[in-house]
Parts: sequence; C-alpha cells; structure tokens
Amino acid sequence: MSTPPTGTRLTGALENTADAHNTATAASHTSGASAGAGLPALLAGLADPAPRGLDDRVFTRWAIAPSRVGEVRVAFTTAGAQFVRPVADLDDDAFVAAYRRRFARPLRPAARVPAGVAPSLRGRAGARPALDLDAGTAFERDVLAAARRIPPGQVRPYGWVAREAGRPGAVRAAGSVLARNPLPLLVPCHRVVRADGDLGAYLFGTDRKADLLRAEGADPERLAELARAGVHYLASDTTGIVCFPTCRDARRITPAHRHGFASVADARNAGYRPCRTCRPAVDAA
Amino acid sequence: MTHDAGWGATPGPDPVPGLLARDLDRGFAEVVRRHRDLLYSVSRTFTPSPADAEDLAAEALLRAYRALCGYSAQRIEALAVRPWLLTILRNTARNRARDAARRPAPPPRFEPVVDDPSHEPGPAEQAERGDLQRTLRAALAALPEVQRIAVVLRHVQGLPTSEVAHVLGCKEGTAKSHVSRGLARLRDVLGDQAEPVPRAPGPLVPAHPNAPGGRHR
Repeated sequence: MSTPPTGTRLTGALENTADAHNTATAASHTSGASAGAGLPALLAGLADPAPRGLDDRVFTRWAIAPSRVGEVRVAFTTAGAQFVRPVADLDDDAFVAAYRRRFARPLRPAARVPAGVAPSLRGRAGARPALDLDAGTAFERDVLAAARRIPPGQVRPYGWVAREAGRPGAVRAAGSVLARNPLPLLVPCHRVVRADGDLGAYLFGTDRKADLLRAEGADPERLAELARAGVHYLASDTTGIVCFPTCRDARRITPAHRHGFASVADARNAGYRPCRTCRPAVDAA
Repeated sequence: MTHDAGWGATPGPDPVPGLLARDLDRGFAEVVRRHRDLLYSVSRTFTPSPADAEDLAAEALLRAYRALCGYSAQRIEALAVRPWLLTILRNTARNRARDAARRPAPPPRFEPVVDDPSHEPGPAEQAERGDLQRTLRAALAALPEVQRIAVVLRHVQGLPTSEVAHVLGCKEGTAKSHVSRGLARLRDVLGDQAEPVPRAPGPLVPAHPNAPGGRHR
C-alpha cells in the first residue's frame, strides 16, 4: 500500500477510467481524466483491515488449567470465564460440542486462561475473576450471582439461593440452574445444599462435593447430625442473633450460649433476630 | 479474467467448505481469517461509525456460525462462502436498521476519528485525506445498496467483476452496470473533490486495486 505505483500502472489506471468517464466538456477534459483516476484510487484507500478486536468478538477461547477437581477446560470471552468442565469428563471434541450446543459460538484454543481464573480454580478465596454470564437468562444470572456470594466453608440451602435471586418460590428452578452451572468452582455451587442436611447432588458427584467442602473447613457430617436432630439454625443468647450453622458468626458461639432451632420463625418467637451476614431470613424489622 | 488467478472465484475448488464440514470450528476460523476484511469494509458502508461496523460484522459472523451449526455436511460442502457471508451481512444490516428504527436513538457518542494507520502521510495531508475519505464514505453510504456493494467489492476490495456478479447473484453485465452507475453517482456528489490526484505519486494514489500482490493476502 505504501509503495508508490509504477508509472505504467498509473497510466493504465488513467486510461482505464478515462473511457468509463465520459468527458463532458473540453474544459474539464484534462481534469476529468485525473478525476477518473482519483476516484478508484480513493475508493481503494477506504479498504481498512478489520479491527483486531473483531476476532475476539466472534471467537471464544479455551485453555486447560489445574483445579481442585483436576484439570479443567475453561472457555472465556473478553468479558470473562464462561464455561468450565473437567478434562476427565469430556475430550476436546466433546467439550467443543458441549460448548457449541449451549452457547452457539465458535471456539478456538488459547495459550492460557485469563488472570484470576487459575487461582480461583485452585481455591484461593480472594480471587474474583471476571465471569461472562451474558448467555443466561436474568434469573440464571441472579441465581449464579447469589451462589457466588456464599463464603468458602459455608453452605446455604437451595431456598436461600432462590430467595436471594429474588424469587423465593423458585427453589426447584434455582436447583436446576445450579445443576447445569456453566462455571463450577468459579461459581461455588458446591456450597448449596438441601435444607434437610443432605448435601444434595453435584455436577461432579456428591463425594467430590463433600471433599470440596471439607477442604474449605466445613463439616458435612456435623451438619447432617444437626439436621437429624431437627436443628437448621443456631442462635446465640449473648447477641440475640440466629444464623445458619456454618455462618462465621455461628461458629464462634460457645456451647453454653448456643441454641438450636428448626426454623427462623421459632427463633424469632424466642426473641432472636436473623443474622444480617448470612441472612437466614429477610430481617422483618 | 487473468486477474482471477490466485484468489477467488474460479481457480480450483474453495478448500474452506470441506474444512468446515470436517471441523466446524477450525473451518470457521479460516472463514473469518479469509473474509473479515471484506466483511468489515462492506459493514463500514452500512454505518458511519467504525464501532457499529465492527458490531455489525461480528453479529453477521456469529449468525453465519449459527446457521452452519444447523446445516448438513452436504449443504456445507456445496457452500459458496463469500456470497453466502455477504447475504447474511446484508440481512443482518437490514434487521439492525429495522430494530434501530423502533428504538429511540441513543445519545450521540464521542468517537475519535481514526485513520488507517498503515501509511503515514504528514498531518496536513492526513487532515485533507481524512476529510475526503469522510466525504467519500458519506457519498458511498448514500448509494442504493446494490450499487454500494458492487462499488465496494469492485473498487474497495478489488474483486473481479465476475466475482461481484457471483456475490450479487446477477449477470456479469448487470454487475458491471451497478458498478459504473455507482461510480457515476459518486462523481456527481464529489465533483472536483475526487480529483486532487498526482501532486506527487504519494499515499493518495495507492496501487490499483487489481494490482497483483497488492493489498490482498
């Protein structure tokens, strides 16, 4: 483009367009010929290459990264991580096909996952990588965002997630969203459990769910024990607050001041108010 | 049709459909690599803003991919990729224009005018050239769609007339007349501005679009 055209080529262009351009008057004849050459040349100058960003708008990239459940494939857009599946579950082609079915976009390989994704996959609590949740419905996004707010080592029932997502009645729907969580580990759906103390299902199996929770410092066996005894909430008579049993505040209650409740309503009747951190119920006051 | 050699319509079968049929995602990467500049250039004539043109080209490519997901291997192998892509681009542009007409216009956004950085004329020349390019783009945008696309394919992208006809789905003579009528209109609009030619054979006169080994890879 920057090389000047040769004399012959320029002459060719002049002749070429001079006959296409009917010379109207004698006065404009000379300039007419050059105008003829000017237009195609100017048009050729409009050919700008597609911006570099175009490819990233079209293609999602993927790379393999280590995680707490073994190596995983991570698909990511410029907005953030979008899809995570274990290498052991799907080979390359199956991963691409699963991604295509779900997101209907082309994938291509990348050298590495975006910043923040790898530490988060390995379980570092502070890592908050950008996530691309645009493909989901508003409800799906709200459910995943709620699950993402559960701190490590703590669990919440499905009903809590539905309520936090703004649809308290949609407990089963929230469960379905989590069951097909596009971003396991990055959205910690393993911290969502059944209200009866059972851990419930997990994308990678209930055993892995228990292992992940134990590694974060939760105690699934104790939770099950409490649930069998009909205890789903713990209250402190020094603070007058009732929490989920895994709430940081609940774990600090000494046995002498700890009281178990089956429901928040019972706790309220006994004079306790729901914790504002773990939000076992929306504060009535 | 000597200048067809090396890229385009006639010489040998296009390898891309076969690749697409074997491996959709890798084939599509090749589709994008080969056609993104053309799609972007045509997109730019549908909308004044480079950012909107990028949006349009990206949306058209995603639609193309989604369409491919539903095609049989047979249909993919029979695909004439360039005309097919341009048809999708035109439909996408039409849909967007229709949707935009239904929505209230967004507030105008600031957008720095970026000229093609691949050649570096001096500041004055750059300003002049920028003005002229803007005028030319505006004149181009005002052409009827079929003439505009014909002119862009022929003179901005330097495709041979036979390929322009193929893309537009018309006879070669018809394509030729779309191009020349488009050029005539542009000359009417631009008048004397279209002529500040060879003061020096500098950046204003790039290689002729059909020059072999020119801008096309």
